[in-house]
Amino acid sequence: MKYAKKSPWILHYDGSSCNGCDIEVLACLNPLFDIERFGAINTGNPKHADILLITGAINEQNISVVKQLYEQMPNPKAVVAVGVCAATGGIFKDCYNMIGGVGEAIPVDVYVPGCASRPEAIIDGVVKALDKIK
Amino acid sequence: MRALILTLRILGILILAPAAGGLLTGLDRVVSARMQRRKGPPILQPFYDVMKLARKQSTTVSSMTRYFVTLSMCFNIFTVLLFGLGLDLMLCVFAFTLACVFFVLSGYSSNSPFSFVGTERELVQIMCYEPMVLIVAFGYYQVSGSFNVGDAFRMGSPAVMRLPFIFIGLLYVLSVKLRKSPFDLSMSHHGHQEIVKGVITELTGICLAMVEVSHWFETVFALGLVYLFFVYASPASWAAALALCLAAFLMETLIDNAFARVKWKLALQASWIVIFVTGGVNLLLLNL
Ligand code: SF4
Repeated sequence: MKYAKKSPWILHYDGSSCNGCDIEVLACLNPLFDIERFGAINTGNPKHADILLITGAINEQNISVVKQLYEQMPNPKAVVAVGVCAATGGIFKDCYNMIGGVGEAIPVDVYVPGCASRPEAIIDGVVKALDKIK
Repeated sequence: MRALILTLRILGILILAPAAGGLLTGLDRVVSARMQRRKGPPILQPFYDVMKLARKQSTTVSSMTRYFVTLSMCFNIFTVLLFGLGLDLMLCVFAFTLACVFFVLSGYSSNSPFSFVGTERELVQIMCYEPMVLIVAFGYYQVSGSFNVGDAFRMGSPAVMRLPFIFIGLLYVLSVKLRKSPFDLSMSHHGHQEIVKGVITELTGICLAMVEVSHWFETVFALGLVYLFFVYASPASWAAALALCLAAFLMETLIDNAFARVKWKLALQASWIVIFVTGGVNLLLLNL
């Protein structure tokens, strides 16, 4: 889809992160990084979204929420896991309630490294994810 | 020959109106971004969005939703067609209202609490601007002697000279109709706002694309009403009126960025006070 690349609508979900990565996700929207340059919108609605941006290691309480959000998104769609927590569990790995990364709950397309991930890296991750929904 | 000209005019309207509506929406996003010291998306962004949405999977909850959204878009197109062909303004207003009614029905057809909230607010918004649209049509009749849009081009002086207060009222309700910030209660064109999009919460893919295209036509019709206030027999006024429409639209963008959203009660009360003061005073003066 040629036009999907030009209009990625993003759904951001905090799957029990420390909030560090979330602040960086929000930083992508500010005047300095301005992700809207690429046509991206931070929509709050899974039905309108193309890319699911998840931070945090996902715990037993929100695993069903993550799955539901993913299922509600119309195809084609992509998932970007932001931060080390979202990749492997990070510093929360040994917590009794953590499932150890987004990949344990839903299929992930792009992992963005960093603790916290830098806004540049997050934007890069989104652009990489666009290759999947083209 | 006449049939050919008519077909060409209809084709012209069907191409130019959405192009203008889309570009205006794009311009709105770019200007908003600049006001917030951002770079903003490309001006063609609304077209990219619609093309993307049209090809995405559609997951409507009820088959009625798609039906109503399609009808709403058709009536919006019909309104602009009538207006562009210079036909009866009253008919335009009724077709326009019908489009809104179908949009409201689409919101109620989805059974989602989010779209119910949005749809109820949409009804309030319709109540906010509908009286003004009727007053505009009535005032226009009083100054031009007919409801025909085409007669505006034969008037001796622009309608705004005799309908200044009605024009102010129209500018006021323009932000309600275009769902700009103090009055974007039912759904907002800003990301992540107004209860995650109110009326259109459950819409996906092609339905969402149709709502977007409807909005382009709505914008064109709303600005068409502004246009009616400035045109008269002089051809120079035809271009000047276009520039003034653009200025009115940019003013809406400024208001959108400068005001916080109001509650529905205030929106309704404020709109009605403005409508009855501006409309009432103007019609009274006209008939003295
Ligand atoms: S990766 Fe680091 S900053 Fe991001 S959520 Fe985990 S602990 Fe916080």
